[in-house]
Amino acid sequence: HGFPPPPAPTQAHRADLPPQKVNEEAPELGGEGHERAQPQQTLRPHHPDDPGTAGPGAPAAQLRQPPGGSPPPPGGGTGAPSGRKGCREGHGAGGSESHPRRGESPAEPGAGGQAWAARGGPHGRGVAPTASRRLRAETGRDSVEWEGRSLLKALIKKAALGGEQVHILGCEVSEEEFRAGFDSSVNSRLVYYDLFRDPLNWAQTGEALPGGPLGALQAMCERTDPGPVTVALDSLSWLLLRLPCAALCQALCAMSRRHACRGGSLAAEQLCVLGLLHRELHGPGPMGALSSLAQTEVTLSGTAGQASAHILCRRPRQRPTLETLWFSVLPDLSLDLQGGPPLESQPHPDPHTPQVDPASHLTFNLHLSKREREAKDSLTLPFQFSSEKQQALLRPGPGPATSRIFYEPDTFDDLDPEDPDGDLDV
Amino acid sequence: KCPGRLADYASAYVHRRIPGGPGKLTLLCDANTDGSFLVHHFLSFYLKANCKVCFVALIQSFSHYNIVGQKLGVSLTVARECGQLVFLEGLKSSVDVFFRAQAEPHPLQFLREANAENLQPLYEFVREALKPVDDGEAAWRCPVLLVDDLSVLLSLGMGAVAVLDFIHYCRATVCWERKGNIVALVHDSGDTEDEENNILLNGLSHQSHLILRAEGLATGFCRDVHGQLRILWRTPSQPTTQRDQSLTYQYKIQDKSVSFFAKGMSPAVL
Repeated sequence: HGFPPPPAPTQAHRADLPPQKVNEEAPELGGEGHERAQPQQTLRPHHPDDPGTAGPGAPAAQLRQPPGGSPPPPGGGTGAPSGRKGCREGHGAGGSESHPRRGESPAEPGAGGQAWAARGGPHGRGVAPTASRRLRAETGRDSVEWEGRSLLKALIKKAALGGEQVHILGCEVSEEEFRAGFDSSVNSRLVYYDLFRDPLNWAQTGEALPGGPLGALQAMCERTDPGPVTVALDSLSWLLLRLPCAALCQALCAMSRRHACRGGSLAAEQLCVLGLLHRELHGPGPMGALSSLAQTEVTLSGTAGQASAHILCRRPRQRPTLETLWFSVLPDLSLDLQGGPPLESQPHPDPHTPQVDPASHLTFNLHLSKREREAKDSLTLPFQFSSEKQQALLRPGPGPATSRIFYEPDTFDDLDPEDPDGDLDV
Repeated sequence: KCPGRLADYASAYVHRRIPGGPGKLTLLCDANTDGSFLVHHFLSFYLKANCKVCFVALIQSFSHYNIVGQKLGVSLTVARECGQLVFLEGLKSSVDVFFRAQAEPHPLQFLREANAENLQPLYEFVREALKPVDDGEAAWRCPVLLVDDLSVLLSLGMGAVAVLDFIHYCRATVCWERKGNIVALVHDSGDTEDEENNILLNGLSHQSHLILRAEGLATGFCRDVHGQLRILWRTPSQPTTQRDQSLTYQYKIQDKSVSFFAKGMSPAVL
């Protein structure tokens, strides 16, 4: 696969997207998605002074920015004090977009209305470039029920259409299956490293990627040209099961470092790593390690057939934000975001089963009248230890307070004290 | 009441509905019950469909499967003799491992090695068994690998990743290269402490296109309803439109078939 032509200098640079780790919930097999609703964290309250996503000209941390716009003065103007950059808030977004991530900056041609990774303006200017060894990794965590590969493919398509190089390390499905659904323009931009056919070199044909999975990962770093590039790992789980976690994390960091060295100061922010993780497969240790590397985690779950993504962003020097979006991936692998925090994230009763009163259609009457209900409530049960009973027991009553048995033996009774069961005919 | 032979329906449904045709991994899973009836079903299903079947049978003897197969209408002996069925009888050949010269590769070689790292010999056996034969004879339809079951490999000392690698290579060869199908049974002990089994089960689930899960009833044993079958369709790479992806039926195993019915609709209680 030839390398895609170097992208023409566009005004749209990759926004400072925190690495995303998409964590899907881990439902058991066949369980309904809505039973596993993630706990919803409340979003930060919209600070009245914070203009939030006020539209073009918003602070640099905004994902959207008009190209060529002058960099906002740090900390002044529309920019809220650092740490309060409202770009992640789902509400309060001004302008035409209801969501900061949605929509494109006006000058970006040809981009769909629903950019997952909105292209911001030249965010690097005016803001001290983070000496970023920090990996711009985005990981998607999926589960058996809510699979994440289609989301990964949708993100790849977005990146490819945006003119970036896209390198894919494919471990879990064949190259044909992965490329299915992409049209030819996207497919020609994808550089695919196939670890599916013979990852462990069992066939000994010499075609396998040398060095095994780790070698393949390292080889990917070597071959990325400077410039905006997206690396997709399908899947991180596959790698994590076969490589020590530390080695994998180091390889991911090295990828970012090498890319930074090659491309200059801005290059580090131009590498985006997308990783797919199956969250039932790993313990908290490796998941936590990858979490710490990732700036964004997207957890996929769903309710009643509708997939949702819980996005946790951890940007450097900012508070982490959590938001939830409904989304669906269309058959042409475009992403359809359906906005805001869901109202029904709690398991709700199945709308198909109406509440039925079991006592309604019977041939006998199960309902109680008012008087009957009162009588029932005031009834004391024989073995209930009430205060009256307590008094009765404490009071040394007259003899006949205890019950007595009067027994008149009849002619056939033969009471033998030694064999009390002697009269039984067994 | 649903018609019987639902697993047939499910398989046929899968083959029709998932684009690209065969080349699918079906995962059979049982929890608190015995899911081997699904194995017998798929064995007879694929033999009747004129597919070439490689059956890695680690749990029961050949005669056991043969007897059940005869009830379902196939003769394993005939199939084996005419080359349609390649049968690895784990119980018998595991003993052979110890009486062979060590240099000769054997599919169950890992039993002999103290630190068997992978199941490559077993994979080579499968690959050889399902090799396309082009000598002009009656060609069988798509190759099928059937494994009963994978959890026992964990008990025999292999790690979950080794078993996943084995299935990975089988998928690459059988599903992708030869456009065949794989059906494998994994037990779900329900024991959250059995990490290896959970990794195996979840790892395979993520790669499967169809998951059939037989569960015992939550309320315990019942004479008329033997269990519950959950069917989950997955499309690991394609975007899923909103539709019913999961179905649940209850079943009763009879002498020669299994009857399925919707929950609570067993004829015994209606």
